[in-house]
Amino acid sequence: MEATPGGFLLVLMLVVPVTGLLLGFALGGRLAERMALWLLPPGLAMAAVLVAGLLHAKAPVVAFVGGWAPPLGLALRADGLAAAMLLTTALIIAAIALFARADYTTAPGAPEARAPLAFWCFLLALWAALNAAFLGGDLFNLFVALEMLTFGALALACLDGKATQFKAELRYLLFALIGSVLYLLGTVLLYGAYGTLDILLLAEAARADAPTIVAASLMTVGLLGKMALFPLHLWLPAAHAGAPPAASALLSGLVVKASYVLLLRLWFWVMPAALLLAVAPILALLGAAAILFGSLVALRQARLKLLVAYSTVAQIGYLFLMFPLVAGSAAEVAERAWTGGALQAISHAFAKAAMFLAAGVIARALGHDRIAELQGAARIAPLSVLAFGLAGLSLMGIPPSGGFSAKWLLLQAALDSGQWWWALVIVAGGLLTGGYVFRVLSAAMQGRSAPIFPLAPVDAAQERVALGLAVISVLLGLLPLGAFGLVLIGR
Amino acid sequence: MIFGVTGAALVALGLYGLVTQPALLRKILAFNLLGGGVFLLFGVVARRGAVADPVPQALVITGLVVAFAATALALVLVLRLFQITGAATIAEDKTPP
Repeated sequence: MEATPGGFLLVLMLVVPVTGLLLGFALGGRLAERMALWLLPPGLAMAAVLVAGLLHAKAPVVAFVGGWAPPLGLALRADGLAAAMLLTTALIIAAIALFARADYTTAPGAPEARAPLAFWCFLLALWAALNAAFLGGDLFNLFVALEMLTFGALALACLDGKATQFKAELRYLLFALIGSVLYLLGTVLLYGAYGTLDILLLAEAARADAPTIVAASLMTVGLLGKMALFPLHLWLPAAHAGAPPAASALLSGLVVKASYVLLLRLWFWVMPAALLLAVAPILALLGAAAILFGSLVALRQARLKLLVAYSTVAQIGYLFLMFPLVAGSAAEVAERAWTGGALQAISHAFAKAAMFLAAGVIARALGHDRIAELQGAARIAPLSVLAFGLAGLSLMGIPPSGGFSAKWLLLQAALDSGQWWWALVIVAGGLLTGGYVFRVLSAAMQGRSAPIFPLAPVDAAQERVALGLAVISVLLGLLPLGAFGLVLIGR
Repeated sequence: MIFGVTGAALVALGLYGLVTQPALLRKILAFNLLGGGVFLLFGVVARRGAVADPVPQALVITGLVVAFAATALALVLVLRLFQITGAATIAEDKTPP
């Protein structure tokens, strides 16, 4: 494959956040914040231009770093899936930066503290790592991107410096490290067998022989551990629920999606179709177990943030239903399932970010996040409860919302390909999701006879950011289906 | 051959230690053993054929840097955890907070 015009944009998408991070770190807290906020518009613009360019050219954008073509050099590739995820990332990072201004700003005249500096630097680091993870065209390069992502996410999640946080994040780190070592072991075997790690070159050469199978299993298990697919989800609820709201939203909304995109690249690009056909039902079975288990446990949670975290465990499961529906189906059905899977990843990113931000605002206003004592929350923080409800609609799959379109596409693909049992799981998951969302909403909507005062003032700007993200997750369902043809480019 | 077997043994030892050891410091050491085993396998891959292949060596250097950063980060977290709670394990507490 040749490098295409516009490849410079891909390089820029990596260089800009890293430059901002380095400058911000050198210049100190106040300027790090300003640097991060200044970089939001150009970052959004670059992602939007990339998406527009892809829709216009209907072909992936490719850049060779330093002009060296693989196998000697490294390729950056933006296909439709990558471009869609990049735009999602830019939008959510921008929203989270606006949300976090209230928490991590350095007031004029106030001394600079460590937490704001760390927050703004690591936010940019995370952005760069996410861009690298979506653009990387080389398996080892993607390993480095995933490691950057883990370190950045971990630092953001520990910012409050509480003992429970350290425990939860250490468990996350250990899971992530085992995952990345297994992934690395897989790349060694692949390099030993084929002499290249470039995804497209591997795709041409890959055979279904023993070293490839071992490598693929190691890499898949490693990535599943990082994504917290059932039964490797043990670390996720505590790590995601214990982090500060802005970090939880990033972790649940975006960070797990990077491993997901990498897993798609591994199975749908690199591995031969025969292997994929054998593995797809296993992945989907784990996904179905995650949906049912995660939703049932979420129903039983007493704490709001843990409920949202278990909901992530469940929603990750939907992403894996796509594997058997794409593999071995007729072209039209496969396209529908692929679009459904990608749309699920995107709409869940917006909805879950909105939910965690809203839950953060509610928890701070009430001073606790016990679901049984949420009465009056809708009076104190009405916009946050609204945001939680709208995001919940998308997670349940109520029309019109992004989650509905995603689940509808998966449902149709399941029926058209004759695999109706996955359709049952999708419907059951939707009902259970409805159960836990309504549990929170009915508690929050209940009035209280005594007047209620928030412990901390509710920041209206923060509420509006959460609501904005929730509205986007719903509006995704109103876009014409043709707009999602984007994610099919370069598949 | 001997490097390959040693690498595989290190991976097995490291993985076993990472899963079974309760103390965090030992877990981190086990992770380094595991990483060492994987890097040794990179070396094995590089030495096959008549001419040594430089690419795996370049990958190992990057991998070492990443493993070093991970170790440093994990140690800082363990140290802070120890300073706050006086404990250096992440075993489940039986009493809910």
